[in-house]
Amino acid sequence: MNKNRDGAVPLTVLRYSPGNEKTPYYQTFEVKATKGMTVLDALFQALDTQDHSLSFRYSCRSAVCGSCAMFINGRYRLACSTLVSELGHEIIVQPLPHLQVIKDLVVDLNLFFEKYKVVIPYVVPSKLSPEKEWIQSPQQRSRINDSTDCILCAACYSSCPSVWTGKNYLGPAALLWAYRFSTDSRDSLVRDRTQVVGSEDGLWRCHTIFNCTEACPKNLNPARFIQSLKRTTTKETLKAKIPFLR
Amino acid sequence: MRSHTKAAQGGINAALGKEPEGRDDTPDKHALDTIKGSDFLADQDAVELMTRMAPECIFELEHWGCPFSRTDDGKIAQRPFGGAGFPRTCYGADRTGLYLLQTVYEQSMKRSVKEYQEYFVMSLIIDEASCRGVIALDIRTGELVPIAAKATILATGGIAWIYSISTNSMINTGNGMSIAYRAGVPLKDMEFIQFHPTGLYPSGILITEAARGEGGYLFNSKGERFMERYAPKAMELAPRDIVSRSIQREIDEGRAFENLYVHLDLRHLGREKIMTRLPGIREICLLFAGLDPIEKPIPIRPAAHYTMGGIDCNSNCETILKGLYATGECACISVHGANRLGGNSLLDCVVFGKVAGLKASEFASSIHNGPDQALTRSLLEREQKRVAAFQKGSGTEEPSTLRDEARVILTEKVGMFRSGQDLEEALGQVRRLRARFSNLRPLNVDKVFNLDLIRAFEVEAMLELAEIITASALARKESRGAHVRLDFPQRDDERYLKHTLARYTPTRPKLDYSEVKITRYKPEARKY
Repeated sequence: MNKNRDGAVPLTVLRYSPGNEKTPYYQTFEVKATKGMTVLDALFQALDTQDHSLSFRYSCRSAVCGSCAMFINGRYRLACSTLVSELGHEIIVQPLPHLQVIKDLVVDLNLFFEKYKVVIPYVVPSKLSPEKEWIQSPQQRSRINDSTDCILCAACYSSCPSVWTGKNYLGPAALLWAYRFSTDSRDSLVRDRTQVVGSEDGLWRCHTIFNCTEACPKNLNPARFIQSLKRTTTKETLKAKIPFLR
Repeated sequence: MRSHTKAAQGGINAALGKEPEGRDDTPDKHALDTIKGSDFLADQDAVELMTRMAPECIFELEHWGCPFSRTDDGKIAQRPFGGAGFPRTCYGADRTGLYLLQTVYEQSMKRSVKEYQEYFVMSLIIDEASCRGVIALDIRTGELVPIAAKATILATGGIAWIYSISTNSMINTGNGMSIAYRAGVPLKDMEFIQFHPTGLYPSGILITEAARGEGGYLFNSKGERFMERYAPKAMELAPRDIVSRSIQREIDEGRAFENLYVHLDLRHLGREKIMTRLPGIREICLLFAGLDPIEKPIPIRPAAHYTMGGIDCNSNCETILKGLYATGECACISVHGANRLGGNSLLDCVVFGKVAGLKASEFASSIHNGPDQALTRSLLEREQKRVAAFQKGSGTEEPSTLRDEARVILTEKVGMFRSGQDLEEALGQVRRLRARFSNLRPLNVDKVFNLDLIRAFEVEAMLELAEIITASALARKESRGAHVRLDFPQRDDERYLKHTLARYTPTRPKLDYSEVKITRYKPEARKY
């Protein structure tokens, strides 16, 4: 780590205030690094002591709320779980790429959430619920393992070239959730959901580039779920067209 | 969607009566454990309601698709937790909060509930002594907007971020409590702050009680399982107040590592169990402490975790202000009394979230008009002036400095072990911080995503609540649950089996008391 005077570390942030500024620009702060300091801590130090106009999102600071996904030293990460000591001689923080900037590191996630809502992201059982719980074996439960752990931080969405070039493409997170519900033993809406994800802007626009898997700060593998969903969708489509497969 | 619920890990309690170990568990036994855990300060009618509704609420969540972990025969799995007579805690690995919040969010989407994301509530609209909505700051545009409502439910979480060593999200600054307080609703039992035994050293990030529920041990620097000295029967699974104090004693008496922390050892659980039951804990250790709990013990120390007190309301979640309801950690119903049991906070949220929703919608259907428009306009102008006054400030004080000072004062003097002298000092110091707050530097004037402004409002609420917590603690001259006075080491049921109420006055909080509801369970000594 490049410690300048008094253990100061340079923190460079891509700043932009649309409406007030014509173009984004880089600003470098000098933060005093302490033991265990995260990039989020560093941003707060810059906000509190150097520039009160800096904007970013935060909440849990323990890598679960999904607020602080950013592009840090060329990688998708959560600011709260990235230690300054692991970043080498400089820290460069940019907002999630390919998304509209609202202010500095805050990006517009409206479209991201709209697309997520399109895939019918909840369990819809076929029958009236039992008095107690649905029986779900550990094997059935394990089929949705990991897909339940997405924190909707949008890192994968921001990293996906198919999203960059196709404005309407649902993107990896929405498809991961479509997998999660279609694979749940309690759910009955596989067909409706495969129609949504099998549409023109759905999973066939995934070209298995695997950026999503590399980007995910929770180490999930959206690409694998999308591949599995492609198989399910194909089966469902064939079933609909070829009666004896039903 | 980004709330602190998501950070809950270990689970949610319900007496489901599962074979074989939980066969004899009942809502009554759950109630008794909760009341005993509360050191008899909980309102027993509310506790009984909660434990009775627990199983149906768990099944409802399961029907909504909550991905609970399962037993071999496909039922909801349960694990042991502190202070409980049975394995009663339902869980989804160690991500139960994430799963519950996600599930409820899914249902709100299914029902097309309108969301106002990234709004910061400034104050309530009060018309003819009832709450008719809120004035809020739209963080994304910087505009102040009135939101009219027939009924308003506050679900704004706790205030444990007010301690410098804390497991909490940074957003847990108590603004919802402060808003209700300023509107004349009392805050109840604010002196009762829970310290979680196992906050990761140094950040304080939560290491779930499930780590001990699954069999983890606590060791001091001498290699002793020191809980033998403090709770020989329950050991690591004694209630949180007892385990936290035991750890702090070990630290204070020089048996900690680097004099700062003890070890939570999971290694004997083995890779398989850690990977399936505690994957989130392993992830947190790898990310924030750079160690793998499969191979190394985890450095932990107690950290402020939960606000047992909160907005005074009854078991219908109603406050004294008509149309205003409170639920979850910001509310004090009270089901946790002087000390909450692990696994009961998610349950409180789920049960009383439902109660608040039902009661508020009943009330809303009895209201047929909106708030007075002239009144709403004048309240809006009042908030605009408040913002402008902050931005035109002529002082020099830095809000973040005041906040950081308050957090250290509370940790050092209003923590796990309290004394009259420390509390007096802390009260004076907090009052001086409040005085300094009126002399802030001018705040940033940007419209969009102005963190400087919002965080100043948060500091204002934190300082206000710091005073209430400290004053309430000073007035309670006994030791009960999480509130331990070194100068009054015994529980004193004769004088203090009652709730503290703090009421707003323009100068200082006015303290008052109310009765604890006792149904069947007579106060007795707490032994584990």
